Amino acid sequence: MSTLVLAIFIPFLAAAIIPFLYKYIKNIHVGWFVILVPTGLFIYLASLIPDISGGEAIVQTINWIPSYGINITAYLDGLSLTLALLISGVGALVILYSIYYLSLKEPIGTFYTYLMLFMGAMLGVVMSDNMLVLYVFWELTSISSFLLIAFWYQRKRSREGAKKSLIITVSGGISMLVGFIMIGAMANTWSIREVIAEVASISDHALFIPALLLVLLGAFTKSAQFPFHIWLPDAMEAPTPVSAYLHSATMVKAGIYLVARFTPVFGGEAVWFWAVTGVGIFTLFWGSFNAVRQTDLKALLAYSTISQLGMIMSMFGMGSAALHLGYSDESMVYTGATFAALFHLVNHSTFKGALFMVVGVVDHSVGTRDIRRLGGLITLMPITFTIATIGSMSMAGLPPFNGFLSKEMFFISTLDITEASFFGLGTWGIIIPIVAWIASVFTFVYSTVFVVKTFLGPYKEEKLEHPAHEPKPGMLISPIVLGLLVIIFFFVPNVIGKNLITPAMSGIFPTFAAEGADLGTDIYAWHGFEPELFMTIGVVLFGALLFFSRKYWSGIYNLFPEKRSINVFYGFVLDQMEDKSTVITNKYMTRYLRDYMVYIFAFFILVVGGTFIYTEAYQFTLPENATISVFEWLIVLSMMATGITILFAQSRLTAIVLNSILGFGIAILFVLLRAPDLALTQTVIEAVTTVLFLVAYYFLPELEKENTSKKTKSINLFISIGVGVVFTAVALGVQGNRGFDTISGFFENSYELAGGNNMVNAILGDFRAFDTMLEVVVLLIAGIGIYTMIRVKAKKESDQIEDK
Amino acid sequence: METLVTILAGVLVTVATYLLLSKSLIRVIIGTAILTHAAHLLIMVLAELKTGTVPIVGEGDPVDPLPQALILTSIVIGFAVTAVSLVLAYRTYQEIGTDKLDELRGEPDE
Repeated sequence: MSTLVLAIFIPFLAAAIIPFLYKYIKNIHVGWFVILVPTGLFIYLASLIPDISGGEAIVQTINWIPSYGINITAYLDGLSLTLALLISGVGALVILYSIYYLSLKEPIGTFYTYLMLFMGAMLGVVMSDNMLVLYVFWELTSISSFLLIAFWYQRKRSREGAKKSLIITVSGGISMLVGFIMIGAMANTWSIREVIAEVASISDHALFIPALLLVLLGAFTKSAQFPFHIWLPDAMEAPTPVSAYLHSATMVKAGIYLVARFTPVFGGEAVWFWAVTGVGIFTLFWGSFNAVRQTDLKALLAYSTISQLGMIMSMFGMGSAALHLGYSDESMVYTGATFAALFHLVNHSTFKGALFMVVGVVDHSVGTRDIRRLGGLITLMPITFTIATIGSMSMAGLPPFNGFLSKEMFFISTLDITEASFFGLGTWGIIIPIVAWIASVFTFVYSTVFVVKTFLGPYKEEKLEHPAHEPKPGMLISPIVLGLLVIIFFFVPNVIGKNLITPAMSGIFPTFAAEGADLGTDIYAWHGFEPELFMTIGVVLFGALLFFSRKYWSGIYNLFPEKRSINVFYGFVLDQMEDKSTVITNKYMTRYLRDYMVYIFAFFILVVGGTFIYTEAYQFTLPENATISVFEWLIVLSMMATGITILFAQSRLTAIVLNSILGFGIAILFVLLRAPDLALTQTVIEAVTTVLFLVAYYFLPELEKENTSKKTKSINLFISIGVGVVFTAVALGVQGNRGFDTISGFFENSYELAGGNNMVNAILGDFRAFDTMLEVVVLLIAGIGIYTMIRVKAKKESDQIEDK
Repeated sequence: METLVTILAGVLVTVATYLLLSKSLIRVIIGTAILTHAAHLLIMVLAELKTGTVPIVGEGDPVDPLPQALILTSIVIGFAVTAVSLVLAYRTYQEIGTDKLDELRGEPDE
């Protein structure tokens, strides 16, 4: 029935069980149980491929908050399935790898709990049709990423990296939420499918472009696009399996998924085209340019991931141009970019996953990832070297690896887009292939650096923590599988193209699919002597040249000094915010009760009094007052006088006496107001209170004249009178305005219902007996509190005596 | 009568507010006690005053018994609050040696 929804929640369920498995099963690595989850999910999802590739989409709904239209709708089309397969497939490989990577001494129970939390959240992101549910899962991925980056929380850099990634991705997530709410308000639905269906009616709305930008902000922060990319290199403090899984294969693809998912909504807008393409292409360049200067292998891969994400992003941008033109032969040319984007998305996960695992293997083996200390590992770690070479060459875009295919398609797309005549592409379009080509040259350079610096050159054992050796075979299984996929995808790319990417395309271009367009593209390696081939050859030649002349031009990086980087700016802004908010908070948080009381009373006067005047509730319709006898006048007036005199009481005894007079005065009023029970209680309590005050005063200091300044005193007086006036006005306004009839008639039957003639007693002892019982509990707690407060001190004194 | 008692409650609220704003812990506690009285009077006033007899079956047309039950509960709770506050003040004075709130600010953070 709802197996798809269940599939999302199975990892969460596993996350709940793992701590117990970890606690009670000591001799088996808990990873062996965990790996069953992604493997099972992968098999289940793979079994759905035939249905999906036939063009179907699976929709299952479980109601969550139906009255607000918020339901957990699992929607699986080609796009979702492609990502879900990546999540579960790479997930299984990463867990297998982590079993050998993390020793039993580490708190692996928590590690796998977080990892499952992430997997469930990520599946939720790619399969949710409801925008708000998508948002919830989206933020859950940020949180689990935060937890995983800070897995080695004893390291300062881990904590800071985790904090940075959380701040950036969650801020982006919140802006995305605002964008979603705008879309929801425009389209009057939370379902992405329904929004896509109604897109024609909302695209002229004033909120359309703001919503577009806000959603993009979410996507860019998550997918580490410039200038939000700064969190990704710092996230490399996470254990390597996490880097391979979250920070290259899956989580950072969430932003790209979002762009793909919303292309049918926003695609065709010039803003969307230029934002996605422009940011993507610049990120592609900036990432690859900076990757070359890195000395830490993981940092190099982090920048390379940023760069590759930018490339995929730019392809989605270029593909969206097709929606601007509507369905025609010309526009079908541009859809090729989207096809290439999806293909590269899969390819990137395979080769980058393999490369991260290789770095983990090297780190595990020799104890360092610094390329200045590494070198010559080729003879000692031949298998690792082979995988690294496959991954790097694929990344550089060389045959016979899958990266070559998608890179060629990328070049074709950049060339195609220059021929477009809309969006100002006639003038500016030429920049796109040029930047793309330059970035690819740098990609080639850092890919070469990765292999050459690590595996070739002299072997420097004295600089390593441990002598190099191949790791346990188990650790190599996952990278070998990924490395093989890199080659397999090169030879049979159309298996993926036909079964996954083509159905995904019809999800991105639903209007084209409806007109029967063939959105699939045949992927083949040999295009003939076309421009893209010459571009690749140029990349290799110039790349090689740049690689060998590195030391002559590396001075260019001095133009971008560390102290002017975005990173430093981010740190500066954060520090300033902390400082300034401390200053502001200290201004009003004076740690003085009187000031806090002033805020509360001022708020009361403004809001209650303001509402009172604003709603014109001051037309008093007083009910006929009961007549007042002289005796009553006397009592009330003397109570008023007593109350005011308390303010001027100089000695504490006077204050107590005056307070008692007030209390007993109230008791007399109760008698007059036909409340004998109250009068009785009030008398007793007042007597006890007076005694209590007297006892307490025995221990407390004499009242002193308050040396408060005149100004403070007049503010206090002003506020007190204000509160009193508002109170009296509201109390008078309320009288005579009964919203509904009294319910007390019910209690007047107290003899028949509760067997008591005294109605008040019946209410307390019978009708609302639970209230009374809990009231007694309150008294009991107060009593215990008082007892403890007096006793604890005595005990402490005895301790001190013992100390002596 | 209702208007007069309401005004009395208003005066008591003013006095209580002024006491709550003072420096001395004891004055603050007296302030809370007086505020309780004012609240009781308000509840009484909101039911119609003196239009009936004592709320006992067989005494004729009774006044509204519900506010009375509520106030009865409140009186007792108010007593507990006063008692706890007094002991708290006592302990504070014993430990710190002052009952002046402006001297009880503690150390600023950081």
